[in-house]
Amino acid sequence: MTGLSIPGAGTPRPGQEVPPAAAPDLPERRSRIPHHVRFWLLRPGLVLSVLLIAGVLLAAFFPDLLTSRDPLAAAPQDKLLPPGAGHPFGTDQLGRDLFARVVHGSFLTLQATVLAVSVGLLVGSLAGLLAGYRGGAVDDALMRFTDVLLSIPGLLLSLALVTALGFGTVEVALAVGVTSVSTFARIMRAEAMKIARSAYVEAARASGTRWPAVLVRHVLPNAAGPVLVYAAVDFGAVILQVSSLSFLGYGAQPPTPEWGSLVSDGRNYLATAWWLTTLPGLVIAATVLAANRIARALDGDDREAR
Amino acid sequence: MRHYLLRRLFQAVFVLWAAYTVSFGVLYLLPGDPATIMAAGGGDATTVTREQTDALRHQYGLDQPLAEQYATRLLHAVHGDLGRSVQSGVPVTHLLRQALPTTAQLAAGAMLLALVLGSAVALLGSSTRRRWLRQLLLSLPSLGVSAPTFWVGLVLVQLLSFHWRIFPAFGDEGFSALVLPAVTLALPAAALIAQVFAKSLRTALAEPYIQTALAKGASRRRVLFGHAVRNASIPPLTLVGIMAGNVLAGAVVVETVFARPGIGRETAAAVTAQDIPVVQGVVILGAVTFVLTSLAVDLVHPLLDPRIITTTRPAVAA
Repeated sequence: MTGLSIPGAGTPRPGQEVPPAAAPDLPERRSRIPHHVRFWLLRPGLVLSVLLIAGVLLAAFFPDLLTSRDPLAAAPQDKLLPPGAGHPFGTDQLGRDLFARVVHGSFLTLQATVLAVSVGLLVGSLAGLLAGYRGGAVDDALMRFTDVLLSIPGLLLSLALVTALGFGTVEVALAVGVTSVSTFARIMRAEAMKIARSAYVEAARASGTRWPAVLVRHVLPNAAGPVLVYAAVDFGAVILQVSSLSFLGYGAQPPTPEWGSLVSDGRNYLATAWWLTTLPGLVIAATVLAANRIARALDGDDREAR
Repeated sequence: MRHYLLRRLFQAVFVLWAAYTVSFGVLYLLPGDPATIMAAGGGDATTVTREQTDALRHQYGLDQPLAEQYATRLLHAVHGDLGRSVQSGVPVTHLLRQALPTTAQLAAGAMLLALVLGSAVALLGSSTRRRWLRQLLLSLPSLGVSAPTFWVGLVLVQLLSFHWRIFPAFGDEGFSALVLPAVTLALPAAALIAQVFAKSLRTALAEPYIQTALAKGASRRRVLFGHAVRNASIPPLTLVGIMAGNVLAGAVVVETVFARPGIGRETAAAVTAQDIPVVQGVVILGAVTFVLTSLAVDLVHPLLDPRIITTTRPAVAA
């Protein structure tokens, strides 16, 4: 990969697609659709997922574009209305518009998710980078520690952290983030070990660069790929964990809406108002499904599938 | 074999000690004073008087130096004493032992269901020649891992308890009350098993020995069950070992949804009340579950693949 490839500069590598040398008549009809358009046309699921995630992001940062209603404004005369015109998701026991609550709740849920993934990504990458590059005792100690973290079920570790840190969106995010540190660390370590053996790292060291600089300037940029892909993979799972903790009541305190707590708020009206639990839960499930689909595309599954 | 066993046992003890240490670190070392947290009991910490925290601090030995606290607590834990619940004053081990049977029932039912469901989906999806059925079956797991457990449980209650009145919505009376919680707890686990098993089956079915067996005239069924399954079952089996602890953790959510007594409900209540000794007890129980199931899985591994004993340590999936 790193070799100076001037002599054969034109030859495609195995992964690249070979352009037809002298285009015969047959594939003419297909190639009229540009390659990148065909990529999306063949994957309607991926298109839907990207649109959905875009919608969720829109809801999180510009909620007023999607709904003009106040998520906290109670209107007792409108309580427990089923979904319909005016209230696309219906209203809750206090007459608050459920759609507005879901839209406004997406900000806290996404905030917690992004924070949790970032904690895992940063702490895990740093630990993995050090372990993989330095090796020896540092490596042994850090990897033993991640082994132990993996032996405690993730949710229980999160619960222990929440007990110590207290309740709230940020606390939940930290508690969930810590549980993914060990996987990030392992992935980064494997990659850093590979990079540390490459010729350009040796060259940098031989020319007298000190090891922290080598680590940041040469190893980190080249080893970051797999960890970033895993961050995308982890995103969906983290949404689930964050909303589970929120469902259990350890997230933002009422009346602030959060996706998980919206589902649990509707529990007392299961028999009479199905929409209160079903619709917010459906939004969570669809978001996680879309996030996972996009992660799978980033992971390169599509290249082998078709 | 004896060497293999001894090494596994040593690792198990190490992991348990380490899990205890991590939970001690999380619960007693993090910023925030354990005595104040416990005295507040999940409520407002500002109403707690100094006398209350001092009394608690003395009662729980929190006024001792940390190293000494750690040593005495660890020594007690080794003797099976995990301290007392702050809320009820009951010994933690007693509390856990009382709650364990219903949760064990739930977890065992869920694991069994997950194994059957997950392997059935993977086997059918990998062996059918109908393209649509294959695509349908192999896309089910990604749905299963995306749906939040608590929501699946509530939707099941809505449909099967309130709408059609087939199963009771709450409680722990008899077998019919076990069905919905077990299904809810099993679905994500089954989805994971199906994903891993389908992948390893695909790898195994692409091996040359499959071609050889087919060329020698073995039927497709014999090739699948006699040759591919045995070789493909190690990754899902390893996964089952890892998952048992997570099923216990999943019980926290499922038991809350179905208002079912057990470890999960105790845990949720203990976290809400910030009852540190109970939470630590549950974390340790989770680690014990993980260690015991991994140990059991490690003992089954050599039966499936005798090469594991002769080579160094078996690969543990991340």
